Amino acid sequence: MTSISSASPAFTGKDPKNRLFGPLPDVTAEAGYDEGHPKRVGFFTDTSVCIGCKACEVACKEWNTLPMDDSHGTRDVIGLSGMSYDNTGQLGANSWRHVAFIEQVRTVDLPMPTFGRPGDDRQGNGPSPAAHDHPDAQALGQASVLNAEALSEFDPQTGQSGSDKQVRWLMSSDVCKHCTHAGCLDVCPTGALFRTEFGTVVVQGDICNGCGYCVPSCPYGVINRREDDGRVFKCTMCYDRLTDGLMPACATACPTQSIQFGDLDELQARADARLATLKDQGVETARLYGRDEDDGVGGNGAFFLLLDEPEVYGLPPDPIVTTRDLPAMWKAAGKAAVMIVGAALGAVLSSRRPR
Amino acid sequence: MTEGIATPGGGWRRADGPPAETRGKKRRKGGRRGRGEVAMVDDVEFTSYYGRPVIKPPVWKSPEVQLYLFFGGASGAAAILGALGEFTRRPVMTRSAHLFAGGGALASVGLLIVDLGRPERFLHMLRVFKPTSPLSVGSYILSPFSALAVATAGLHVLGRWPVLRRLGAVGSAVFAGPLATYTGVLLANTAVPSWHAAGTQLPYVFGASGMAAGGGITMALSPVAEAAPARRFAVTGAVIELAYMHKVENDHGIVSEPYHEGKAGALLRAAKACTAAGAAVTVAVGRRRAGAVLGGALLAAGSALTRFGVYEAGMASARDPKYTVVPQRERLEARKNEHASTITR
Ligand code: SF4
Ligand code: SF4
Repeated sequence: MTSISSASPAFTGKDPKNRLFGPLPDVTAEAGYDEGHPKRVGFFTDTSVCIGCKACEVACKEWNTLPMDDSHGTRDVIGLSGMSYDNTGQLGANSWRHVAFIEQVRTVDLPMPTFGRPGDDRQGNGPSPAAHDHPDAQALGQASVLNAEALSEFDPQTGQSGSDKQVRWLMSSDVCKHCTHAGCLDVCPTGALFRTEFGTVVVQGDICNGCGYCVPSCPYGVINRREDDGRVFKCTMCYDRLTDGLMPACATACPTQSIQFGDLDELQARADARLATLKDQGVETARLYGRDEDDGVGGNGAFFLLLDEPEVYGLPPDPIVTTRDLPAMWKAAGKAAVMIVGAALGAVLSSRRPR
Repeated sequence: MTEGIATPGGGWRRADGPPAETRGKKRRKGGRRGRGEVAMVDDVEFTSYYGRPVIKPPVWKSPEVQLYLFFGGASGAAAILGALGEFTRRPVMTRSAHLFAGGGALASVGLLIVDLGRPERFLHMLRVFKPTSPLSVGSYILSPFSALAVATAGLHVLGRWPVLRRLGAVGSAVFAGPLATYTGVLLANTAVPSWHAAGTQLPYVFGASGMAAGGGITMALSPVAEAAPARRFAVTGAVIELAYMHKVENDHGIVSEPYHEGKAGALLRAAKACTAAGAAVTVAVGRRRAGAVLGGALLAAGSALTRFGVYEAGMASARDPKYTVVPQRERLEARKNEHASTITR
């Protein structure tokens, strides 16, 4: 019989290096599954092609029968958040996909995105020095439709508004990251949170006693308690669908393939290729988030391609699993406990005995 | 150079936000800082998603959790004092310590259960043991402690079976130290910036704060002739609490800030005043009945206020994305610079 551990690999005895963080090549086996377990699956969310349609949110709500709530997580309330087209607001117990909307502007007296000839830029306000600096810029620009110029010209995420302003849209469908070292899973005292055979992190509703410890322990602010229910809820990567060989609802519904589901190693390769393509085309702000297995959580099962800094999307720029520092804290607690006993002993021994 | 989507930054800022130079800039409210203290952090710039917190603040009930922290520490410290008292001739002090420890233990268990979203599932805590979960470890500390402490207190009330009582006293004392200090780890082992950063100091703060409260209360409940150990124990605790709290409040750059500001700052200033006054009263007039009661009450109040203040500071640091984003940014920059310097070398 295999025993599936809900403890961190470092404490299961199967991890000789006692790793509480860092890369973990086979997270599923580390959790106690047999050789023949399925490959680790994940999401690759490519935000550069997201159109903000929220099909993923709706599909998720429908499939998982999630109750409605407003942008602060209050049940059965409709409210406008005032945050662009985002009235979901955040991930939480009732929103397991959250499409972030960021409207950005910049004034165009900044150096323009020019790949064209001098004087050919869209304002027509004089020659751009950039073109001279880059003789081969034009060739580069023509190399592909999906180049930086094209992105700013035709991409729904970037466009011109008025004469002195440029706008762009950043949209990103956020989700539980199914971390390699999941803070929520590490701290769960009941074992309600566990690692599935697919390498994902899932709450067992019949075990969770609503202690709420996982809530502040997630470095991404994903998991939350449903107050009227008392238990916590989060994305399961459609565990029920996976066991039946189906794709998660959000990835199935996404019309632009911004949400891609598959074996994690394959997604990682695809993401690396996509990033290289974008870089080639001059989209220098593109970066992968959660892809790096050397990051503070050992890499994510659900990772992203972003076009701006992570915090712009509400993501932490350098998350760490809190348990990384736990051994030091336990040591301090042990020493402090000894300190109390020592102080009590000292106090008793140094006091004169009453007669 | 080509700017825009092709260049990092590219001058983009949120359309409805303030201009780039002031975005996310928070001015430190003046006048809060006492004389002689240095401002730790200048104005910082950071970006967030509409000012929303990055992490979820704890959903625990207030004031149940803070009281749980208080009773755990105070009853743990009292139980240790009581156990040692069993072996010296101090029957009343021993008895008071154990009665308080037993009562505090019961209160702790009650408060912990009330705080669960599904209280009827309390026993699910004991279906696994996970060293990665301070709450799991804590359940295995609290359960035997409360059973033994309540039994010891009960035997005191019955006034029978002294040998059994001593065994119970020693047994509860074994779990008492960890009970008083694990709560520091409980808070720190989260993504809450102001708690996590102080992870190796909070166990000392909570343990020492428990000493001050447990010792102080025992002292107040005992005749002064017997209470000398309680007085010393309490004053030692108060001094250590003040020293470690000072470190928590000043060692951690920007994430120390919430310990000074707003409600948390006010609570912690009151805590310090109570603890210092309690220690002073105990030293000066603790050998008189009224002095012992006043000193004990002040020390207990100081300890409770410390828990409330620390809790509040953590909540504030969780609610403001600044405390999550800025330290992580700094960490990234530092790593980048380190990397760059190794390359150029
Ligand atoms: S993102 Fe948060 S909720 Fe999801 S697995 Fe990681 S720690 Fe758990
Ligand atoms: S709230 Fe439920 S899932 Fe979260 S840590 Fe507690 S028992 Fe585990």
